Amino acid sequence: MTLTNKSPDPRSALAQRGRSALGDRVFSWWTLGTGLLVLAILGLILITTVREAWPAFDAMGFRFITERVWDPNPATGDAIFGALSFAYGTAISSLIALLFAVPVSVGIALFLTELAPRRLRGPAVTVIDLLAAVPSVVFGLWGILVVGPALVPVYQWIHDVFGGVPVLGSLFGPVTTGRNFMTAGLILAIMVTPIITSITREVFSTVPRADKDAALALGATRWEMIRGAVFPHSFGGVVGAVMLGLGRAMGETIAVALVIGGATNITANLFAPGNSMAAVIVQQFGESTGTFTAALIGLGVVLFAMTVLINVLAQVIVRRAEARMKGSVA
Amino acid sequence: MTATASPATRSAAGAPDLTRAALSGRRRFTNHLATAAIWLAVLLAVVPLALVIYEVVAKGGGVMNMSFLTEDIPNSYRRDGGGMAPAIVGTLLITGAAALMAIPLGVFGAIYLNEYGKQRPLARVIRLMADVMTGVPSIVMGLFIYISWVLLVGQQTGFAGALALACLMLPVVIRSSEEMLRLVPDELRQASMALGARKWKTTLTVVLPAAISGITSGSLLAVARAAGETAPIIIVTGIVFSPNVNLFDGFNTALPAQIFRNASQPFEAAQDRAWGAALTLIVIVLGFTIIARLISSRFAIKER
Amino acid sequence: MARNETDLSTRPSVAVHTPGVTASGVGTDSASVMQLRDVSVYYGNYEAVRGTSMPIQQNQVTAMIGPSGCGKSTVLRALNRMNDPIPGARVSGEVLFHGQDLYAKDVDPIQVRRQIGMVFQKPNPFPKSIYDNVAYGLRINGIKGRLDDHVEEALTKAALWDEVKDKLRKSALALSGGQQQRLCIARTIAVKPQVILMDEPCSALDPIATAKIEDLMFELTNDYTIVIVTHNMQQAARVSHYTAFFTAEVDDQQVRHGRLVEFSQTGKLFTNPADKRTEDYITGRFG
Repeated sequence: MTLTNKSPDPRSALAQRGRSALGDRVFSWWTLGTGLLVLAILGLILITTVREAWPAFDAMGFRFITERVWDPNPATGDAIFGALSFAYGTAISSLIALLFAVPVSVGIALFLTELAPRRLRGPAVTVIDLLAAVPSVVFGLWGILVVGPALVPVYQWIHDVFGGVPVLGSLFGPVTTGRNFMTAGLILAIMVTPIITSITREVFSTVPRADKDAALALGATRWEMIRGAVFPHSFGGVVGAVMLGLGRAMGETIAVALVIGGATNITANLFAPGNSMAAVIVQQFGESTGTFTAALIGLGVVLFAMTVLINVLAQVIVRRAEARMKGSVA
Repeated sequence: MTATASPATRSAAGAPDLTRAALSGRRRFTNHLATAAIWLAVLLAVVPLALVIYEVVAKGGGVMNMSFLTEDIPNSYRRDGGGMAPAIVGTLLITGAAALMAIPLGVFGAIYLNEYGKQRPLARVIRLMADVMTGVPSIVMGLFIYISWVLLVGQQTGFAGALALACLMLPVVIRSSEEMLRLVPDELRQASMALGARKWKTTLTVVLPAAISGITSGSLLAVARAAGETAPIIIVTGIVFSPNVNLFDGFNTALPAQIFRNASQPFEAAQDRAWGAALTLIVIVLGFTIIARLISSRFAIKER
Repeated sequence: MARNETDLSTRPSVAVHTPGVTASGVGTDSASVMQLRDVSVYYGNYEAVRGTSMPIQQNQVTAMIGPSGCGKSTVLRALNRMNDPIPGARVSGEVLFHGQDLYAKDVDPIQVRRQIGMVFQKPNPFPKSIYDNVAYGLRINGIKGRLDDHVEEALTKAALWDEVKDKLRKSALALSGGQQQRLCIARTIAVKPQVILMDEPCSALDPIATAKIEDLMFELTNDYTIVIVTHNMQQAARVSHYTAFFTAEVDDQQVRHGRLVEFSQTGKLFTNPADKRTEDYITGRFG
């Protein structure tokens, strides 16, 4: 080390840099290596899962995605592995979740940034933090044992009222169980609310004070100020937040596995049981062998590809929105 | 209302109505409606949280006692009694092992991003991909570890679960630690550099200690989240009914997996165990979360 | 709201504009549209501005000058209750507008701001088209029909129409700083307020853009009353009829407060200030 060098010649002290500089280089390589670990894991996930799922892809071809039948143990003939029903369940439950979660999340974010008296802001943030901290399996437990049974009469009532109306009648069809698409969507909504709220809140808080002042100085009410100054500035960021929420909802496994009902089913009836890609994997993995296992891993591949795609898009949108905001503030 | 010294003489520019009545009914209504909707949104978040915590405490509290925490899991769902000791041991060991792997690696990754990579293209890609990795479904991470570890060693183990949880924690630790490192003022780095310290020494002896409480708090939150992960545990650890403290040999289990398995049983004994396990898990998770909050709030005071 | 053509005789003569030329006394040839009575502004327990009393004369430009931190912007924001959204901000005393206290219980801040508009230090057009920026205030106020005419009228009055008439649908953010500031003025006058408050409207602009805004202010006094905060004394001397000089004072408890030192006609204040502090400030700056 240069500091402890006792050499009387200052030039040799400076010349000592070689060994210590090596320490610097080793350290920077080591940190870079840990950073690259992220890329390595993502790459390995893709490679290993695709390789392991290949027997199922090979056997089914494109039908793996377009086939709605999932029959691992048929009485006669070959097993059929079609992911379409589960993809449908994933899509429907996630859409229901967003339908409920987005307005609520935007509302809470507005509450935190524009409305809340200072003494309520802390408690409101704590509620969101706690909502995020409750493990998904606990929401699932609550969903299957409490919410599902409690909602059956509500679903029945909705069916009785709207059953005869065109379109609505097919959405709100006959109720057989509290474990269905709708319950899965509602439980998912609770689980994605914290993430959508926290990102939306960050986006709202970057709206320049000057823009809000401009609207207020024109005699805008608070709501008109929000519509005129806050929303136009944050549209991109909110879209990104919603997509992140979508990614979470699609990948959520355990809560959905407990409350969606476990039926291979494509139906417009939101009160019918179904299944989602993630849920099927965890329900059936233990009893699977051979091509069946490969097919379940194949579901994982599809899920991975879709969530990564959505997340990359969402992150790019959020980053671009943030960069634009910072540019306009500077 | 007091009169002004010299009221306006021009009629058109006279005193307008400044009371609330002057606001058109439609505008007033819309504003009130929006305000009410925002309050409703907050209520809609509070109600499920309150309900789920109430149910867990009420139902879980009913079965909670010393033997629940210390006894083995009955090997039949039907049977009354027994406890969750193996799952508690499993959760603590698996999550702890995952933290031991993920936190150091994550902190070094954060050091790369904030101290070396900064805004270079590679660092930006890693940053983006770390964010994307936080969105990878935990079930996929479970499949990944199953293929690349369980199939390799030929056995489901607690360590496989720890590997999966570590993969889930890693990006969270990286990103939260990077945020904390970014808060360290540049003056500190320059002061250390000016004393002739090498960059690696500056980073390890000055920058890291300055950010350590923030990093600890962020890491604890990641640990809390990981402790509640279920899907990978079910896929890679198998199941046991008596405690297994060896992570590298033999099956294991954890609280979330036990909640999942017992919740879908029609037997009351199993459902009771699920509630009890849920209460235990929530206490563990909230414990981590509260400790993290305490550390970060103390850190915030120091910052000021 | 309909507005009568201003009587020519009440228009300020050019002479009144010129510093050093004495006009008749305060409050005799024009009526005060606003009146501040012992106004203090607090942020929490901190009294930022203490005991300000002054009139705002109709169809005249009133300037507020003083060193930074003297509370002039704070007072300006108190005139249309723009301090309301700031947590802990509070106003005591009376701000009278046509004899009505703006801080009275039944007064709606939204109506206040509708009548008393504001132009800010940095041009802050919304991230929308030029047209939509001007139409925003009209739309929220429910002014229907002939929106195009209102927009054209406002842009014309703000001396911006010729420059933007071919690109009304283009983003307002593509305009130059000076154009953006005139757009913000157009946006404000579109809703036809009685008073326009300007908070250092030229501080972010170059000299040419500044000159355009100053010319515009003079034109606008035909229809509007203007209150401008400026850190630039030459500007106050050029554009205003009346000037209020604020300064920051440290009281017995070593706390700084903004205070109004002197209010008078601009010509008098700059040539023959009554207060020693005003004189020091003016001569110090003018050399």
